Amino acid sequence: MVGILTGLGFASVYIADKSRISGGSLGYAVFFFALYIAAHLIARYAVPLADPYVLPIAALLTAIGLTEIYRLGPTDAFRQGTWVVIGVVVFALALFFLRRDYRTLENYKYLWGLGAIALLFMPLLPGLGETINGARLWVHVGGYQFQPGELGKIALIIFLAGYLREKREVLAAGRLKDWGPLLVIWGAAMLVLFATDDLGSALLYYGIFLAMLYAATARITFVAVGLGLFLAGAVAVYQGTPHVRERVANWLHPWTTTKVLCATNGQLTYRQECASYQEVQSLYSIGHGGFGGTGLGAGTFQNASGGQIIPALKTDFIYSALAQELGLIGAAGLLLVYMVFTLRGFRISLFAGDGFSKLLAAGLTFGFALQTFIIVGGILRVIPLTGITLPLVSYGGSSIISNFLLLAGLMLVSNRANAELQGGLR
Amino acid sequence: MNRQLNRLAVVAVVLLTALIVATTYWQAWAAGDLKAKQDNAIQRVVQFTIARGLIYGADGKTVFAANKKKKTGTNTLFFRRYPNKGLAAQTIGYSTVSRSQTGLEESMNDFLTGSNTNLSNAFHNLLNKLGRATIKGDNLQLTIRPKVQRLAQQLLGNRCGAVVAMSPRTGAVYVMASSPTYDPNEVDQPGGYARILHIRGACDGASALYDRATQGLFTPGSTFKIVTAAAALDTGAFTPNSGFTDPGYCTEYGQKVFNSGNPDQGGHEVFGHLNLLSGFQHSVNSVFCNIGMKLGAKTLVDYAKRFGFYKVPPLETPANERLPSGTYDQKTHRLTDDASKMDPGRLAFGQWTMEATPLQMAMVAATVANDGVVPRPYIVQKITGPDGSTIKKTSPRTLGRAIKPETAAELTQMMEAVVTGGTGTAAQIPGIKVAGKTGTAETGDGHYYTAWFDCFAPADDPQVAVAVVLEKQLNGFGGSVSAPIAKQVIEALLAR
Repeated sequence: MVGILTGLGFASVYIADKSRISGGSLGYAVFFFALYIAAHLIARYAVPLADPYVLPIAALLTAIGLTEIYRLGPTDAFRQGTWVVIGVVVFALALFFLRRDYRTLENYKYLWGLGAIALLFMPLLPGLGETINGARLWVHVGGYQFQPGELGKIALIIFLAGYLREKREVLAAGRLKDWGPLLVIWGAAMLVLFATDDLGSALLYYGIFLAMLYAATARITFVAVGLGLFLAGAVAVYQGTPHVRERVANWLHPWTTTKVLCATNGQLTYRQECASYQEVQSLYSIGHGGFGGTGLGAGTFQNASGGQIIPALKTDFIYSALAQELGLIGAAGLLLVYMVFTLRGFRISLFAGDGFSKLLAAGLTFGFALQTFIIVGGILRVIPLTGITLPLVSYGGSSIISNFLLLAGLMLVSNRANAELQGGLR
Repeated sequence: MNRQLNRLAVVAVVLLTALIVATTYWQAWAAGDLKAKQDNAIQRVVQFTIARGLIYGADGKTVFAANKKKKTGTNTLFFRRYPNKGLAAQTIGYSTVSRSQTGLEESMNDFLTGSNTNLSNAFHNLLNKLGRATIKGDNLQLTIRPKVQRLAQQLLGNRCGAVVAMSPRTGAVYVMASSPTYDPNEVDQPGGYARILHIRGACDGASALYDRATQGLFTPGSTFKIVTAAAALDTGAFTPNSGFTDPGYCTEYGQKVFNSGNPDQGGHEVFGHLNLLSGFQHSVNSVFCNIGMKLGAKTLVDYAKRFGFYKVPPLETPANERLPSGTYDQKTHRLTDDASKMDPGRLAFGQWTMEATPLQMAMVAATVANDGVVPRPYIVQKITGPDGSTIKKTSPRTLGRAIKPETAAELTQMMEAVVTGGTGTAAQIPGIKVAGKTGTAETGDGHYYTAWFDCFAPADDPQVAVAVVLEKQLNGFGGSVSAPIAKQVIEALLAR
């Protein structure tokens, strides 16, 4: 299984190589394969009983992403490759340090909570933060940009897992006092997210919060109330933020037959040629792929004068690029890979022995699936589009590192659960 | 807690399944709609990754439409180049970056892009696609004779008008010139299209983009007397020797319809006693007015239909770039063949509401030349694959018999008489018998006329049929301005 999946990843990289005659390209495939073997050996050593599927699946997704990024721009692939190496190192360190008992994390849950907020606050600091594509979620250090929110997501899940495990009974009973820290941390997180205009992340964090709250308390009313609050908040934000109003308009009516005011140049144009240009061209890209796709390397992403048609193609919109080149077969296959990863994640959570482990694995997995849904669903007009990365596939260092940490978390939980089952603990 | 976890897993699976359903919708269900969107920047590029087939003249050497290569990123793009600029521009059309196409570039797009081809080429294209090699379209070889086409364009000069020349035997179109013309290379230039729209020519009439040869509707005037004479002879109601008395007018509905409206008669207003042949030769309106009244409008319309009027003439260009000839309702400007409302006398000499395209009038001359059978016009001789193999070859066809061979022979004699000693003497060519008919129609604007010459040659062994029209000629008549153009075109076509 491991071999087949890696072989697939290897083959996809190799096919892309052929489209561009370059000696160095084959090196990527060999290098990636070696890196995977290294990660595999580390995992075998540190967490020998961990779920055997999640690492190869993650490797496959990373390989698909790297391949497509290489196809879109070889220099970006080198940077992404560097981030994958760093990601594997972080993954290895996490496994090593936490292989005996990751549950010690639970003891510092408030620290994780504060850490999450600090990370989310970072882009708002003057001099450090940077606004890109209308959302202030980047931190600029030296020549590198970083999205601290990606790591904040992991920290928040750890905090929620720890806190909810401890307070699940009293929370279920509905004692207001126990809700305090939870509401404070969550409220702060939401505040920061709306301040940064990063709606995709806000939706993601809120979704993770509700899912974990439901898992811990089994109270569907909490979810209902939470969703109600969210809708009320969404309406308020819709009224108050032009940025959000535009996103919703783009979602409902991406094509206009009459000319509307274009905010970027102040002139009257069709919406598809202004505000919803990116969404619409992304749909054209997907539609062009059809059933079988154009084939890797044979897609069209540049206009006649060589300019890129879809902005943010290798980050937020990488799914449109993949769907064009791989077609319905490839795109549906990719989504099935995400589904298999999600199901393995929930399986790990089900077999985990203690509440913290269950909540941690479930939070990480649900977050992974929800993030995929938010970006791909946005691209496909299932929901309004909000910029967020496609886990493991999109270009971006912070995203890669955070998802490798997520992977490490799942493997630690499953290693422990399997050890307990085998050793007859409990 | 496991029950909740199971439910969450179901939620996650439902969310991801929704994505698969949505992807299927866009890639299978809505893909066609997306492709057709005008602002689809990907399709705008994709169409240029195909090396469009070239368009050649009848000589197989002159290239009307070629490609220029341009490398952008990972793609090699092919843009159209028209080396002969304005030559046959309205027929060839253009294929632009903004995706709009006209002319043969539009109607033959499937062949030019190789998407409509034989099995072996389709297989090659598939292999090329898989191997990421360039897909090459099929080449067109036209029946257009580039040298004569150029001559016709030069003869028209800045004047508005058209020249159509075709083979009466096969229907192959040798010349299809419309003036003023434009340079299709300019369409994609900044401001180029607006510049083209401003080209007006000497007549200040319709734009240069308009193909006067196939879309231009002009009052045929006396050239329509060919059709009237054909009806008169073919029905047996008249012979070339049938006698007439011309008092200078004909009486219709109790009113006098004067000949003076016809400047073709060269100053003679009253001819007195004469027969049909000399009436035709000197284009005497009263003679045809009387024939029209005798035959009735219905018969004239029926014969016009036999020559191809009231139908869009067949050709490989887009159907919306060709118009049918016939009687048009002057209010709605719709074609109407309701003979009960027509004035048969005026219709008989090509006035009333009769309007004809140069292509249709060339078909009329060609039919007489072809012993009464209407040749089916065509302009694409051959379609060849990128490897040179023949994909499709046009074989001549007819649109059926319009008149008896004897009628055609009599008409030929009458048309020869026009050139030897009638209104069309300017078309005389030493050693070659030319048969023709002049036409000069009033435009309703003083001394400005629409000047026609419709002819074929050699009369004893017809090789070419030519129709020439010039718009808005100040004191310019069919015999004086159009016949000389026809003459030179015939000479050039027969010279080789």
